Amino acid sequence: MDVLINLSLNGLATGMLIFLLAAGLTLIFGLMDVLNFAHGGLFAWGAYSGIWIYTATGSFLVGIIGAILTGMLLGILTERWIIKPVYGNHVQQILITLGLMLVLSEMLKVVWGPNQISASTPSYLSGSWEVGGVIIIKYRVFIIAVGLAVFLAVQYVLKKTKIGLVVRAGVMNKEMVQSLGINIQKVFMLVFMIGAGMAALGGMLLGPYSGVIHADMGMEFAILAFIVVVIGGMGSFSGSVMAAILVGLSGSFMAYYVPDLALAANMLLMAVVLIFRPQGLFGAKG
Amino acid sequence: MTAILETKDLSITFGGHTAVESVSISVPHNHFKSIIGPNGAGKTTFFNLLSGQLSPTKGQVFYKGTEITNLSPTKRTRAGIGRSFQITNVFPNLTVMENVRLAVQSQAGVRYQMLRHFQSFRKFEEQAEEWLKLVLLDDKKDALARNLAHGEKRKLEIAMLLALNTEVLLLDEPTAGMSLEEVPAILDVIRKIKQRGDRTIILIEHKMDMIMDLSDTIMVLFNGALLADGTPEEIMKNETVQSAYLGGLHSEHAAKA
Repeated sequence: MDVLINLSLNGLATGMLIFLLAAGLTLIFGLMDVLNFAHGGLFAWGAYSGIWIYTATGSFLVGIIGAILTGMLLGILTERWIIKPVYGNHVQQILITLGLMLVLSEMLKVVWGPNQISASTPSYLSGSWEVGGVIIIKYRVFIIAVGLAVFLAVQYVLKKTKIGLVVRAGVMNKEMVQSLGINIQKVFMLVFMIGAGMAALGGMLLGPYSGVIHADMGMEFAILAFIVVVIGGMGSFSGSVMAAILVGLSGSFMAYYVPDLALAANMLLMAVVLIFRPQGLFGAKG
Repeated sequence: MTAILETKDLSITFGGHTAVESVSISVPHNHFKSIIGPNGAGKTTFFNLLSGQLSPTKGQVFYKGTEITNLSPTKRTRAGIGRSFQITNVFPNLTVMENVRLAVQSQAGVRYQMLRHFQSFRKFEEQAEEWLKLVLLDDKKDALARNLAHGEKRKLEIAMLLALNTEVLLLDEPTAGMSLEEVPAILDVIRKIKQRGDRTIILIEHKMDMIMDLSDTIMVLFNGALLADGTPEEIMKNETVQSAYLGGLHSEHAAKA
């Protein structure tokens, strides 16, 4: 029983980290038709900058804020200088964002060195609770809580605000939104910035969870995030959270029971979804 | 009275084919003008030139005396020319209310105070609700747009167009694809808009009884050229129109009915 609970918590926590990465990816794709392969790079930059600030200041919270700001800043620069010139051209987008991914990863090594860096959990989040004989690791619960809070906040903005309505309508048909006289370029930039901030937050939270960070972590998680975007449905925000939890749980259980098949299981899940529901479980493109 | 919308010598050529040829019209403020003509006469192309979806090969478009020939559709919408399409154009996965609210708020401009939105949000909903009442859709406001019947979608589209608060409305066959039972309702909506007296309406339609009933003036397009432009009575009496077109349309109309 305690194994099951711990595997579930582990899977949920991993799922939330994947969600933080995938949510931005799916919204950016839905709204701008841009597949941003550099999104994982923003995730890794969030981890490095956040852990660095955390180590320097001693405050985990300041580290988190620093990571988010770093991600947002990189997001704005990426949208402005890298993505904007190639809007509407998929081949160029794939090439330039893949290139940017490599540059971002290598720049991490230039700034912080090629070796992995250890990341510790702040004292108030380390340790565990014992509930009815089951050991529950605090930091995992923390990640789940943060992921849920971000999900609810973004969901609120999407459903209940003016800008959220524009984003949802834009995912369905951006030409029509423009024909209403709305300047969607500004909305693009805002969504890109927030997506980048969420990715950076995910990277920062992963640090203490896995104990170490390294320059290639972005790529590893980006693959999972792409699987999630496909399963959840391109452009679907609520789809991305469901699919991320699914992928997180499947990864966690498979790694325990059939470790050799852990990544294969996710690929298989994606293949099955693509065969039976090519628009994804919650496809939002209308 | 000065014209709100004017075209001078407006022409567009696709390949060797001239779809609209030297059309010059002048539409006064709060006027109701219909465009008739057989299929392929260039009616929708002419609309596309007015709304900016197409750029003319030759000629100019003026809005309130200012040339807008080279303005984008978005800029023309902001200036005051709203248009509906022949195919319904609503957001399928938003509710009826959300569709109209989007149009209302687009008029106010999108601002970025994400959390300070409550006051204006309610104001927008109230405005959206008024437009929905006008097109008789207020009882469906929480339905998803994709679940509406075809006629209701057209009404929703008109509500969105009205919510943009443009002085000029370009309506491209609002009854297209509608069942006979749905037509009177949309006719009522258009009549109500006309009675408010604060909009200039240009309508493309095939239903002659509707056109005769509503229009201040009618322009007839034939092979891209302006065949006639006048009051319904003048158009009915015009012999060129009679022989070239109206007779044919009457029999076509009779055959349909």
